[in-house]
Amino acid sequence: MSLTLEQVKRIAHLARIEISDAEALTTQGHLNGIFQLIEEMQAVDTRGVEPMAHAQDVSQRLREDAVTEGDRRAAYQVVAPETEAGLYLVPKVIE
Amino acid sequence: MINRSLKQLSQALAAREISSLELTTLFLDRIDRLNPTLNAFVTVDREKSLKMASAADARIAAGTAGPLTGIPIAQKDIFCAEGWTTTCGSKMLANFVSPYDATVIQKMHAEAGLVSLGKTNMDEFAMGSSNETSFFGPVRNPWDTSRVPGGSSGGSAAAVAARLAPAATGTDTGGSIRQPAALCNLTGLKPTYGVVSRYGMIAFASSLDQGGPMAASAEDCALLLNTMVGFDERDSTSLDRPVEDYARDLDKPLNGLRIGLPKEFFGEGCDAEVMAAVRAAIAEYEKLGATTVEVSLPNSHLSVPAYYVIAPAEASSNLSRFDGVRYGFRAEDYANLDDMYMKSRAQGFGAEVKRRIMIGAYVLSHGYYDAYYLQAQRIRRLIADDFVEAFKHCDVIMGPTSPTTAFKLGEKAADPVQMYLSDIYTIAVNLAGLPGMSVPCGFVGGLPVGLQLIGNYFAEAQLLNVAHRYQQATDWHQRRAAIE
Repeated sequence: MSLTLEQVKRIAHLARIEISDAEALTTQGHLNGIFQLIEEMQAVDTRGVEPMAHAQDVSQRLREDAVTEGDRRAAYQVVAPETEAGLYLVPKVIE
Repeated sequence: MINRSLKQLSQALAAREISSLELTTLFLDRIDRLNPTLNAFVTVDREKSLKMASAADARIAAGTAGPLTGIPIAQKDIFCAEGWTTTCGSKMLANFVSPYDATVIQKMHAEAGLVSLGKTNMDEFAMGSSNETSFFGPVRNPWDTSRVPGGSSGGSAAAVAARLAPAATGTDTGGSIRQPAALCNLTGLKPTYGVVSRYGMIAFASSLDQGGPMAASAEDCALLLNTMVGFDERDSTSLDRPVEDYARDLDKPLNGLRIGLPKEFFGEGCDAEVMAAVRAAIAEYEKLGATTVEVSLPNSHLSVPAYYVIAPAEASSNLSRFDGVRYGFRAEDYANLDDMYMKSRAQGFGAEVKRRIMIGAYVLSHGYYDAYYLQAQRIRRLIADDFVEAFKHCDVIMGPTSPTTAFKLGEKAADPVQMYLSDIYTIAVNLAGLPGMSVPCGFVGGLPVGLQLIGNYFAEAQLLNVAHRYQQATDWHQRRAAIE
């Protein structure tokens, strides 16, 4: 498998990472090198093997549906790039 | 004083031979002097550290001290610590002052009374094997400052190796505790997945990440691990198990210990002199009463390929949180919301992190998910099953930690694939979720070599015992880098 330049740009877009033409070209080389390494997997017959998502086969723990944390909004918003009246500010989305 | 073990430091504090304030000052002064050369710490806050030391001295005076109260250690900058800048080695978080403590930090500070000396440098978001992907520049290996300390916990490794700290925390997703420990002559332990809470430990690959201790000896690691573990309801994969004393079996004799030697770890691909040091260590174990048996991990050659699908897939999901909205870097100029995401992420992440996010986005995308992501997860099962089979014939598995000694800065930086292959012996352990250690076992050309020990699930105490007995019989772990 070999990624085209167009595919590299599409992946960058999916990942929401702006990429210049020059960067896309370098990235294409690196990614194709990495995928060459990954391709070794494709020769393995894994029919009937259950995918392993996790190191321990335990089911997801559930807790009581109750409030356990206090209100720390102000402390958490100190680190935000831009806030106002307790809200996170982003560029206008709806005209 | 700076070369003393944690147990000796604990005794000195209890005997009032030295106060925590004096001990902490000793290490902070050493950091001031040597960190400009090594770049092991990215944040040092003398005032905060001394305040913790005073509080520890008060606990010691009041008779409420724990075994490690007042001992200063270094924290990998992946652990959020309230009021401390927590960068994860990234421009994305260069100005992030954490509003909360990771569970590990909370346990170490509030419960154990350990003093933090600062936050250590690391590969950006723990993605790297040389500490060269850090936004804050590379760390230098105290054994040879033209060489890398390994990664991603390279700052922690260099800090302890140069005795800027008696011990440190690290995290290990594919070898990030064990490989730098090997390259810097330290003892490092990656626990069984789920033993150490991941809450507040900035996520790279959530099904693989695990925190652990890095120190000068197995005994130090056992004592430090005791302060880090425990069930945590804030980590959905934390395991609810009885509390253990990881130092309880340190002195047990090794008579009858069965050491499994995977034939795949003793073939081609490892430097011959590194291999000779590893074989000499195994011969020493035979003298201590152990026997060896050949075992096989037939799918281990697939661990690097499977890892470079699974870890990036999880990373691409985890790192989607860095969007310039709630915390972290936001680009200065942008046209609209989508452009703000694109530019903030393009400018905030370094090249290796972007590469891995892109691999992850691709293998999870429509049409490729089955061929890559599911196939990698199936291979992960085959790799884990190989270990289950091998442990039917042995108690502990041994081999090299890293195929080479510390390499030169810049030597592998341009070729991601060469860098990835630094972790060929460590990655399978993360995929299976097993505990693993690296233990100093010799030198090649003045550079340290690490012996890897792999245990069965929850065999940390046994691994530490196996490492400790070797360290009672050898002095490799006591050799110190000549950096002043």
